Amino acid sequence: MSTAAGHDQGDAAQLLAGRRICVCVGAGGVGKTTTAAALAIGMAMRGLKVVVVTIDPARRLANALGLESLDNEPRRVLGGERSDARTAAMPEISGELWAVMLDPKRTFDELIDRVAPTPQRAAEIKRNGVYRQLSGAVAGSQEFTAIEKLYELAEDDYDLLVLDTPPAHSATEFLNAPGRLTAFLGGGALQTLLRPTGLGMRLLGIGASPLLAALRLVTGVDLLTDLTRFLTLIGGMTGEFSARAARVEALLHAQTTGFVLVTTAQTHPVQEAIWFRDTLRASSMPFAGTIVNRVAPVVAPSTQAVGESPLPAALADRLLACAEDHAILANRDRANVARLRERFGDEPLLIVPDLDERLTDVDGLVMIQRELFRV
Amino acid sequence: MLEPALLSRHLIFITGKGGVGKTTVALALGQAAAASGRRTIVADLQGEGDAREEELAPGLMRVSIDPQSAMEEYLTVKVPSPAAQLLRQSHLFAAFAMATPGMRELLSIGKLWELAQPQRRTANAQAYDLVVVDAPASGHGAALLRAPRTFAEIARVGPIAHQARTIADTVSDPDFTAVVAATTAEEMPVTETLELRDSLRRGADPLDLHAVILNGRYPRRFSDGEAHALQALRDRSQTPAQLRQMLDAGLAEHARAHLQEQQEQRLMSAFPDAVITLPYLFEPALELPQLSLLAAELRAQIAGAGA
Repeated sequence: MSTAAGHDQGDAAQLLAGRRICVCVGAGGVGKTTTAAALAIGMAMRGLKVVVVTIDPARRLANALGLESLDNEPRRVLGGERSDARTAAMPEISGELWAVMLDPKRTFDELIDRVAPTPQRAAEIKRNGVYRQLSGAVAGSQEFTAIEKLYELAEDDYDLLVLDTPPAHSATEFLNAPGRLTAFLGGGALQTLLRPTGLGMRLLGIGASPLLAALRLVTGVDLLTDLTRFLTLIGGMTGEFSARAARVEALLHAQTTGFVLVTTAQTHPVQEAIWFRDTLRASSMPFAGTIVNRVAPVVAPSTQAVGESPLPAALADRLLACAEDHAILANRDRANVARLRERFGDEPLLIVPDLDERLTDVDGLVMIQRELFRV
Repeated sequence: MLEPALLSRHLIFITGKGGVGKTTVALALGQAAAASGRRTIVADLQGEGDAREEELAPGLMRVSIDPQSAMEEYLTVKVPSPAAQLLRQSHLFAAFAMATPGMRELLSIGKLWELAQPQRRTANAQAYDLVVVDAPASGHGAALLRAPRTFAEIARVGPIAHQARTIADTVSDPDFTAVVAATTAEEMPVTETLELRDSLRRGADPLDLHAVILNGRYPRRFSDGEAHALQALRDRSQTPAQLRQMLDAGLAEHARAHLQEQQEQRLMSAFPDAVITLPYLFEPALELPQLSLLAAELRAQIAGAGA
C-alpha cells in the first residue's frame, strides 16, 4: 500500500481468525463505529453470520445499516432471505450481516426484568428514583449496557459479534465504568456494610452507629433513604448480578474474544493507544491488534515537478505550498506509525489510508473493508 | 450571542464530540485569556491523584482533576474533622461516593466551582480570574453540567443538596459561566453540536451554548476552476508520478474544504454570529507555540464581534 506508513502487518481476516467476539476500543473520534461496521461487513462477505452492535452511529451510517429506529434488537441488513428493494444496492454476500443500535435504558430495564424475582419487584425497581438516575445516566450506563448486550447476543447463533464502544475521552473508561456499576449493583462495600439488620430503620434513627451518622451528616437523609430503598429492592438480586458480572468477565477474557485498538496516526491518539495497549496487557485482556485510520498519503513536494508542469506559475506555487503542508502530515503519520510498530512488535497493525469523510454508506464500508482485508 | 464578554466570564466549559480538538481549543482559549491579562487555569477531568496546579506560561496554569481526590478535599474542608476522619478511614464514603450515580460528576464540577471562587477553600491556593474546562465529550459533558441540579433534587436536604444547589446556580448564571461547543466542520460533529444545544435547553435548568468554535478549517487554496485544471492534469497519462501525488493532495484538500464549507454553513445558520472559525494547522504536533497562533485568532474574532 502506498501510505506514508509503508506496509501493513497482517490483514483483518488474520486479526479476527478464531475470534467470536471483537471489541473495538479507542479514544473518541478515531472512527471506531465505521471500523466496527467495516469489519462486520467484511466478515459477512466472507461467509459468516455477523452482528455488529453500534453506539450512536452517524445518521447516514445508521440508514445504510437499516437502523432508522432505535429498537435495541438486531436486524438483518445483508444476506440470508432478506429480499426488499435495498438488497439490490447491496453487495453480494455469502454470509449474513445483522446490526443493532444500543439503547442503554432499554437494555438496563430488560436486565432488571430478567433478574428480578417477580414482575412486581421489577416494576418497583424501575420506579425507584435512584434506579432511574442510574439507568438514564450517560456516564457508566452506556458502557455497562454495551457489555450486557454483548453477553446477551453471545447466547445466540452468530459466528461473530463486533462491538463498537461508547465515545469516551479516554479509552480505558470503557473497561472501568462497567466494574464501577457492577460493584454498586453486585454487593459492593456499601451494601455489605448496610445490609445486616433493618438498615432503613437504622438510617432514619439518628446515630445508630457513628459511621452511619457521619455518612448521614454528609449526604443528607433523603438521598440515603432512597439509596437504601433501592439497595433493599435489589438486595436479593445481588448474587445474580455478581454471577453475571463474573460470566461477562470470563467472556471478555476468553481466547475467542479479541480487543481491536482503533486509532488515528495523530500524535495524541497514538500516545493514548500505546497507553491503552499497556492497560489491556496489564489486565490480561486478549489483544487482537491495532487499526490505524486516516493515515495521510505520501507526497513528496517538488519545485521541479511543478515547474515543469503546464500549470500557470501562481497555481503551481499554491500546489507546491499545499503539497508541502500535506507532506508535514504524512511525515508525522509515518513517524507515529513507526512508534506504534516499535512498541507493539509483530502484533497485527493495519493501516487504513485517509479516505473521504463521505464514506459512511455501504459503498464506503465496502471500500474500507477492502483496505482492511487487503483485497 | 457572541460578544467580547466571553473572556470576562469566570468559568467556561468546552465540550463537543470526541476527536474535534477540545483540548486544543481549551488551551488556546486559556492562552487568549492569559494574553488579555486574566489569570487563567485550564482544567480537565482525567486526573489521577492530587490535583496539582502547574504553570504552563505566565498567567496560565493547568490542572487535572480526579473525583476521588476532589472528594477527599471536600471531606477535609467541609466536614467536622472526627466525622471526616471516620469516613475516610472506613472507605465507606468512598464506596458510596464512587458508586452513586452522578456523584463523580458532582465532585468534579464541585472542584471546578471551587477553582473559580475568588476565595479558594483549598489551603494556600491562589485565585483565578478564569477557569477553562476541557470537559468530557457532549453526552458526558451535558451530564456533568446537569449533575448539580439533579443531585440537589434527589438529595433534597442536607449538606450535599445545599452545596449542589449553590453550584447549580453558578453554572446557570450567564454572567459567571459560559458553555462553548467545539466542533470540526464535519457531519457528525456538527450534528452532535446541534443535539448538544437541544439537550442543554431541555429540562428544568436550561442552558444555552454561548459560542461554537469550529476547529481545523481547511484553507480554500484553489477555485473550482483551478481544481478542474488540476484534475485534468491528474488524469493525463503522461503526468509524472511525483506530480500526480502532489495533485492528489491538492484535489483531496479541495474536496474536503468544499465539504467543510457545507457543514460550516449548517453551523452558521444554526448559530448566527456565534461561530468562531479556527484554521487547520499543518503541524506535526500542537504544542504551546502553535497554539498561540490559534489564541491570537480567538482574541481577534472575539474582540471583532464586539465592534
